[in-house]
Amino acid sequence: MTDNSNKKFHLSRRRLLTGAAAVSAGAAMFGGSPMGFVKGAWAKNFRNDPGNNSFVKFGFNVPQTGAYADEGADELRAYYLAVKHLNGEGDGGMLTTMQPSSLKGNGVLGKKVEYVTGDTQTKSDAARASAKRMIEKEGVTMFSGGSSSGVAVATQSLAQEMGVIFMCGLTHSNDTTGKDKRRYGFRHFFNAYMSGAALGPVLKDEMGTDRRAYHLTADYTWGWTQEESIKNTTEALGWETVNAVRTPVGAGDFSQYITPVLNSGADVLILNHYGKDMINSLTQAIQFGLKDKQVNGKNFEIVVPLFSRLMAQGAGENIKGILGTTNWNWSLQDAGSQAFVKSFGQEYGFPPSQAAHTCYVQTLLYANACEMAGTFYPPEVIKALEGFKFDGMGNGPTEYRAADHQCFKDVLVVRGNENPTTQFDLLNVVQQVPRAQVEYDPAIFGGELGPYEV
Amino acid sequence: MDRVTIRIRSTLVDDFRNKTMCPVVSEPSPVLAISTGNIKTSSEIKNMDALVLQLLNGLDKGGAYALIALGLTLIFGTLGVVNFAHGALFMLGAFCAVAMKQLLTLSKLVKDESITFFDAFKEEPYLKIWFGDTGAVIIDYAVPISILLAIPIMLLIGLALERGLIRFFYKRTHAEQILVTFGMAIVLQEIVKAMFGANPVPMPPPEIFAGSADIGSFLGLGNSVVYPWWRLVYLGFAGIVIAGVFSFLQFTTFGMVVRAGMQDRETVGLLGIDIERRFTIVFGLAAVVSGLAGVMYTPIVPPDYHMGMDFLVLSFVVVVVGGMGSLTGAVAAGFLLGILQSFASMNEITSILPGIDQIIIFLVAVVILLVRPRGLMGRKGVMES
Repeated sequence: MTDNSNKKFHLSRRRLLTGAAAVSAGAAMFGGSPMGFVKGAWAKNFRNDPGNNSFVKFGFNVPQTGAYADEGADELRAYYLAVKHLNGEGDGGMLTTMQPSSLKGNGVLGKKVEYVTGDTQTKSDAARASAKRMIEKEGVTMFSGGSSSGVAVATQSLAQEMGVIFMCGLTHSNDTTGKDKRRYGFRHFFNAYMSGAALGPVLKDEMGTDRRAYHLTADYTWGWTQEESIKNTTEALGWETVNAVRTPVGAGDFSQYITPVLNSGADVLILNHYGKDMINSLTQAIQFGLKDKQVNGKNFEIVVPLFSRLMAQGAGENIKGILGTTNWNWSLQDAGSQAFVKSFGQEYGFPPSQAAHTCYVQTLLYANACEMAGTFYPPEVIKALEGFKFDGMGNGPTEYRAADHQCFKDVLVVRGNENPTTQFDLLNVVQQVPRAQVEYDPAIFGGELGPYEV
Repeated sequence: MDRVTIRIRSTLVDDFRNKTMCPVVSEPSPVLAISTGNIKTSSEIKNMDALVLQLLNGLDKGGAYALIALGLTLIFGTLGVVNFAHGALFMLGAFCAVAMKQLLTLSKLVKDESITFFDAFKEEPYLKIWFGDTGAVIIDYAVPISILLAIPIMLLIGLALERGLIRFFYKRTHAEQILVTFGMAIVLQEIVKAMFGANPVPMPPPEIFAGSADIGSFLGLGNSVVYPWWRLVYLGFAGIVIAGVFSFLQFTTFGMVVRAGMQDRETVGLLGIDIERRFTIVFGLAAVVSGLAGVMYTPIVPPDYHMGMDFLVLSFVVVVVGGMGSLTGAVAAGFLLGILQSFASMNEITSILPGIDQIIIFLVAVVILLVRPRGLMGRKGVMES
């Protein structure tokens, strides 16, 4: 009796399972749209495929502690805003100005965008650990972040190993899209070479061709490449390089490196420093009276090739009159910049920094590439980004060069504002240097992008 | 390709310039003779200038090192505690100045009409609104004024730290003391970061000290020897504080008891003197010394929450080189290492030994400890029992 009932139950379950399988197979055969099959064609097996989830996850890996924490905080603000706009909330920001755009404001490929954040601590090992967690535990399809080239290079190679796209935030070293470039890494921000090329003509106009330059350089990848790029530019102008001194990162007091400048015969000091180092070295150089000095019958000049508004805030009065370059500034009048500044300002009560701008744009560009490719499958997304030409994102017509994943666009030469009219009005745009002037042959920096499939 | 063309062009220009200049140069003229004479002397003076500048620099750095190390040795000598939170006290002092400045520049928010696309506000300090130019002068002197704030606050922080935390670790091992004080330093840092942000805060010195002093003309060395006024003020200030601490310990009864306690705590206790209480006050005093060092340092390096850590390791090296528990040793080693570090950064030296500027302090520490294991003026019995 018992046996019998068991058998009966067994049979009915089997029948149920067979029936269910038949029904679902039928539904898939006849009910699904043909597009479903096309999309599925790429969906072999890739890491963190959102599949049938209603959401897709991005990872924002920024310095939340350490020297660049304030910059990281501004980057996060921009990412939040980008996610908001992608999901169709808020006023849309640059979604309304981006050209061409496949974004619809309904998430990405119909999936709502969610995100996780991580702390890089501005250290390569911490950044890699945090990125790894995002990829392995959180299942992100893309991660982004920045503020140090050392970190960018390290996480970019992780991206390649793990087959998840990394959209670089702020990183300015030539190496990021030069000798250390990767197929899975993309940089919208400009680089040291472009800073040099943009600064050259302005330096010639303002300071002439007979100058003697003294470099103080942060002793790591970014500092070295910037020193090299600026040196090449100024020496081509006919300037002499008196000396190039490497300073330890985070030296704090730079006085022992600044005093030798006083009697070196140099009449231009070039500070290849960023963040806290730049704030300290510039403040101290000005205390040593370098800005008011006369050498070789000329006014002594200080140049800071890479500027940011957050740094300008830290340097206070000292930034006034100092020349440098920047990727973007909130005072730009094009529609894209204005739309972004408006939504950012309304959300947070102050304008965005260049770091925030590049992070916002990178998130939108990735989302747009997924829409163009019709999939999240990285090799297809990469192909959509490579060679992508766009406009309306704040820097004029821009191209993601396929050969090295570097964006090419206009570069801004700026000067610390002598008479700011508002508390945010710290930098004046001296010149918007056209893209053609900062372009270069990707072969000069070497490096290999690596394979699409990993 | 373009760059090559430019280079060629600039070489051509140089050639042309040299050719056209040639006759003028070859012609012997009195003006030229004078100028060559000048060049020779000026190169000699240049070396002299560089030495004077680096010496000043070293004294200045040494001043800061000595002040911090002085506080550290005071604590070590009296309480026997290895205080890794000492750098954090220096940083807290600096942030007393930041807080004071923020207090003085408390502002009325006025709508900024020039920004139309979002609500932005301009700040107008109340002091300026109420007192006009006098208010502006007070704000200008924010850093020196903050000394008034820093003394009571640092004293309180010092006392609270000692009573609330450190005293429970007197009998524990040095390793445990290091761990707990280091942990405390991190906590203090994070609190400051949460309150003031991670970005350095610009703290300009008062307007009259903003430029640099023409020391060269004063010493008859030429005009390339200039040194920022504020750094000279700092040097003077360090001297005054050091002298103050020494005279306090030397010429007051309190100081005498403390010195006696440093020599032999037990006997002083047996004499019926509450040495514990006095040591607590010494801890407060040490906190004030490093706090004041921090306050006055803000115009030199814009303070951020991490500045204490940058000084911590260095000040320990200073204490070790000077000799554990020796106040004079700490001050002497502070100046010695400051000067050595400055000279090691001279281009003439780094071109022979690259990177020497970054390791010189540790190199000297190693050599001194090999030759004199107790440091320059170390006392017998300290850290040896």
